[in-house]
Amino acid sequence: MSIFLLKRFFTFIVTLLGASLLTFLSLEILPGDPARVILGIDAPQSAVDALRLQLGLDRPMVDRYFDWLAHLLTGRFGVSYTYNVPVMDLIKHRIGITFPLAILSMLLSVLVALILGIYAASRHNKIGDVSVMGLSQLGISIPNFWLALLLILFFAVNLGWFSSGGFVGWDKGFIKSIQSLILPAISLATVQGAILARFTRSAVLETMREDYVRTARAKGLTRRGTLWKHVLRNAMIPVITIMGLQFANLLAGTIIVEEVFAIPGLGRLILQAISNRDITVVRDVVILLAALVVFINFVVDVLYAVIDPRLKPQDV
Amino acid sequence: MFNKKNIEFLKRAIKHRSFIVGGSMTLLLIFCAFISLFWTPWDPIKQNLLIRHSPPSWEHLLGTDQFGRDIFSVIMAGSQNSISVGLVSVSIGIIFGVSIGLLASTKRGWVEELIMRLCDFMYAFPAILLAIMLVATIGQGSINAMVAIGIFSIPVFARLTRGAANAIWAREYILASRSAGKGLFRITIEHVLPNILSVIIVQATIQFALAILAEAALSFLGLGAQPPTPSWGRMLSEARSMIYLNPWLAVYPGIAIAISVLGLNLLGDGLRDLVDPRLARKR
Repeated sequence: MSIFLLKRFFTFIVTLLGASLLTFLSLEILPGDPARVILGIDAPQSAVDALRLQLGLDRPMVDRYFDWLAHLLTGRFGVSYTYNVPVMDLIKHRIGITFPLAILSMLLSVLVALILGIYAASRHNKIGDVSVMGLSQLGISIPNFWLALLLILFFAVNLGWFSSGGFVGWDKGFIKSIQSLILPAISLATVQGAILARFTRSAVLETMREDYVRTARAKGLTRRGTLWKHVLRNAMIPVITIMGLQFANLLAGTIIVEEVFAIPGLGRLILQAISNRDITVVRDVVILLAALVVFINFVVDVLYAVIDPRLKPQDV
Repeated sequence: MFNKKNIEFLKRAIKHRSFIVGGSMTLLLIFCAFISLFWTPWDPIKQNLLIRHSPPSWEHLLGTDQFGRDIFSVIMAGSQNSISVGLVSVSIGIIFGVSIGLLASTKRGWVEELIMRLCDFMYAFPAILLAIMLVATIGQGSINAMVAIGIFSIPVFARLTRGAANAIWAREYILASRSAGKGLFRITIEHVLPNILSVIIVQATIQFALAILAEAALSFLGLGAQPPTPSWGRMLSEARSMIYLNPWLAVYPGIAIAISVLGLNLLGDGLRDLVDPRLARKR
């Protein structure tokens, strides 16, 4: 097990390094001088030169990459050009909104997906199964930002149950804060829930065909008993992997949904940084999100092996 | 072309519900885009402020928007943008991804390892995140959005191709070809590629749907198609500020996106079942 963990950890570190290199290079080698990009094409050359010096762009690229990496490792992110504050301070304020939003969406999507997926599998090829699959196919095809608009239209504009956007802040109380995150969470969870429901259904159906399930039924265990005791435990293994991968998509999805609901989270920070041409913020937030994704995948890999002992250590 | 195998495939295809429904919806999208090249009920770009926010009527089937443009015409013209983005980005993904995947599968060893690790690096980024970053750096616009979306479908095709090709390389007829003196390149072109083509086509339909969604998202954020190019994503973005005044503006473009994506997804599902009937039995 320890060799497996070491191997996985090594892959995790290499992937992180690769992702950091990709982020750094994509903002470095693309056409255009970052200082010019920040100040705009009409800025005088002297101002551009001064900013180049301030950002350290006159130094070799390799030096800057390793400097950036060293800063990231010690938690010293860059300084935002627009806000003139450390990027870490900006992130700290916003991650407290984006993360709960992603977790709330994940909880909603898992809840709906498990119920629908298991129901569909238990009604295989019957009207219930076909309806759930049809609904999930529709859910996958709906853009989350459109669903967000529809939710605003229905629940905020027509019914007035929720506000059409903004975040009240955690200091206003847990219930009120969650209330302002509910609509964004539903719009994020719908697509993910639809995908997860399909995976859950497939995994449950697959497991139901296993010999040990047939044996359990032959020994007299009820259909429901077999489902809860044997099928679900085994079917959840691939579902957990998908959940991990989906959390990454949820984090990315927050970028657009936060914009629709005017929620001051990490996603909105990136978009504002892009429109302000604040490359330091863009780079640091992107690598933070990428690191989160890699970390989640690493945890899922390890969990996978812990849950299913057949897979460790040589097969994973 | 009409050999026994193909006729058999067609017979199964016309009986497959997903394939027929998805194929019809996709054809509708293509038809809409094609017709709009020559004809739309009204000019989708021309503004007429006198008839702003008109309700649906026989003259304007879906009404008019805040600039007095006929919504139905703008949606028809917007399909061109979605089709172009899908075509270009999927082509980028296929050309580079399949080549890289075939290279990895043919060379194996460190080349394969290196290529797969590079794909892992790209997988570390949620596609839309890096597409946003790229478009923000190289500039907004349809072409850049297509390139950015295309770049992020490269690892998808590379992985798929490498996996499928590895399975083909293990077959006995490949061994026979090698014994007969055929080179790696010739075997790849003559045997490996034709045998994995169906898997690639299935993935291409799914990537096409994802590209439409990604482009709509980029345009919604103002990073994709720029005015006056009609785009469904930008229509939704513009509808945000009109949601109290004319809520239907936020409904129609979304329906167009959902129908297109649903059609392509169903088509992909149908193709997958037809190409690999074992999967169909499992699902």
